[in-house]
Amino acid sequence: MQVFLIKRTLGFLTTILAISVIVFLVMNVLPGDPSVTILGIDSSEDARAALRAQLGLDDPIWQRYLHWIWGVAQGDFGTSYFFRVPVGELIAERLPLTLSLAAFGTLATVVLGIVLGVIAAANHGRAGDWIIMLLSQLGIAIPAFWLSMLLVLLFAVKLRWLPPGGFPGWDEPVAALRSLILPTTALALVQSAVLARVTRSSALEVMRLDFVRTARATGMTRGRILGRHILPNALVPIVTIVGMQVAAVVTGTIVIENVFYLPGLGRLVFQSISNRDLFTVQALVVLFAAIVVTANFLVDIAYVLIDPRLKGRLS
Amino acid sequence: MIEAENISVAFGEAEALRRVSLSLRPGERLGLVGESGSGKSMLGLALMGMLPEAAQMTGRLAIDGHDLSRATDNEWRDMRARKVAMIFQEPMMALNPLRRVGDTVMEPLRLHLGLSKSDARRRALELFEETGIQEPEEKLRQYPHELSGGQRQRVLIALALACDPGILIADEPTTALDAHVALRITDLLTRLARDRGMVLVFISHDLAAVARTVETVAVMYGGEIVEKGPVAQVLSDPRHPYTKGLLHARPTITGGELRKRLPMIPGNVPALADLPHGCRFSGRCSVELPQCAEVRPALLGIGGLRACACHHVPEVVE
Repeated sequence: MQVFLIKRTLGFLTTILAISVIVFLVMNVLPGDPSVTILGIDSSEDARAALRAQLGLDDPIWQRYLHWIWGVAQGDFGTSYFFRVPVGELIAERLPLTLSLAAFGTLATVVLGIVLGVIAAANHGRAGDWIIMLLSQLGIAIPAFWLSMLLVLLFAVKLRWLPPGGFPGWDEPVAALRSLILPTTALALVQSAVLARVTRSSALEVMRLDFVRTARATGMTRGRILGRHILPNALVPIVTIVGMQVAAVVTGTIVIENVFYLPGLGRLVFQSISNRDLFTVQALVVLFAAIVVTANFLVDIAYVLIDPRLKGRLS
Repeated sequence: MIEAENISVAFGEAEALRRVSLSLRPGERLGLVGESGSGKSMLGLALMGMLPEAAQMTGRLAIDGHDLSRATDNEWRDMRARKVAMIFQEPMMALNPLRRVGDTVMEPLRLHLGLSKSDARRRALELFEETGIQEPEEKLRQYPHELSGGQRQRVLIALALACDPGILIADEPTTALDAHVALRITDLLTRLARDRGMVLVFISHDLAAVARTVETVAVMYGGEIVEKGPVAQVLSDPRHPYTKGLLHARPTITGGELRKRLPMIPGNVPALADLPHGCRFSGRCSVELPQCAEVRPALLGIGGLRACACHHVPEVVE
């Protein structure tokens, strides 16, 4: 177990470092000059040159990278060119909203996907199965941003049940939750459609195994066999997909937060890229990558918790 | 106690079982032998109400006086584990791999008998001891993949016996096991049936295992019982041409030397839909009469406790 943890931690750090290098390179290769962002298009070339020198933008790229990553290692993500505040503060302000949205999105995906998938598998070849598979096919085919707009048109504009966008802050919990319902739905519907299909096919595969017959022979009800015997055995592929979907949901917040005007990290990423706000973008991409890598790590732990036969993987 | 009268199981036009009758009293041990596709496993599943969804069953079936000819799935569920239990061929995957085997055995105890967790545990331990599992305390906590094939089959037997059923159906329980392990399992089944006064239906194509385990044997071919009687008599003095062929096809050591080539029954078991209308064995039989393919021979008493379904073997009325 300890060996496993050490290995995983090293793997985690290597991945994050690799990502930081790639992000840094990409952001520096992209056209656009931060000094223009800061001083405005009307600024003089002299002023810009002075600022570039002050910010160290004229240093060789490897020097700038080392300077930046050394700061990151000490918890200093640099100062945003655009907002003129430490990037750490920017992120801390917006993190709760994005984390809530991602958590709700993942939760809704898992619940909806597994429930629908199990219902489809239990009704294999019958109407319920067909309907769920048809809807999930539709769900997979719909882009999340378009679905978001449809949801806004129906539930916010026409029915006026829910706000079309914006976020009042967690000081008003009810209003905050209400404003997250549509974004969560938009995030989760597409992902749960994928998960429902995986759950269904995994459950159908397990249903054919001998121990299901044993459970039937010992007088178990269909529901009990499904919930206690089939589903746990179908979980390994489901958990694998959920791990990948955490990544999809986290990156999905970028689009969703922009559609719904939610002041979270996704919106910050978008603004920062437009503004060539190098430090902010770099920090955010590294943060998103860390979330995804952590999700994969949790998936590996989950495998072992689900299946005692995989205990060997821990050493 | 099982009373089955003219049980037929059909998949559309194809008949997997044709007019099979059985009557088994407590403590009786019956062997069902035959090739794959002879219907022996189908009969076992019919006695559990676990036939495939597409199957149509007709005839009269009663277990312990409950008429189950038209039983719903719920009625069958109440019979399983409590009245009739079954163990299967492949012990490798017959246990839920994610559960400790103790929890698997405790599940029906808690669910059907309403035992508390500690009572169920105590009972599971007794069952493990009764089925000859070594170090039962420790085994309760183990997962199926940590047990050997023989141990798993013992766990499955313990599971089947959990709710004290009057009938145990064992479908090829030893086929996947090593010969010496198989021997111990059949001996265990014999002892359990005797000690508990339980009906044992032992399905196998292994004639030696059947001879050790049961008192009565029914030879099946093409979904029918073609010959039936005390196991020693049927195996030493077969009357039906199919039984003769089956016994002849066994590897035996004569004069200290293994016969080089095994005699075979000519042809293959036909597909269900292609079975002849009359005697199911016609077409492969070496002593076939003109009427065999058209007229179904009834299973008739031929003296003592024996019965045979063949136009060649005359009925004996005592």
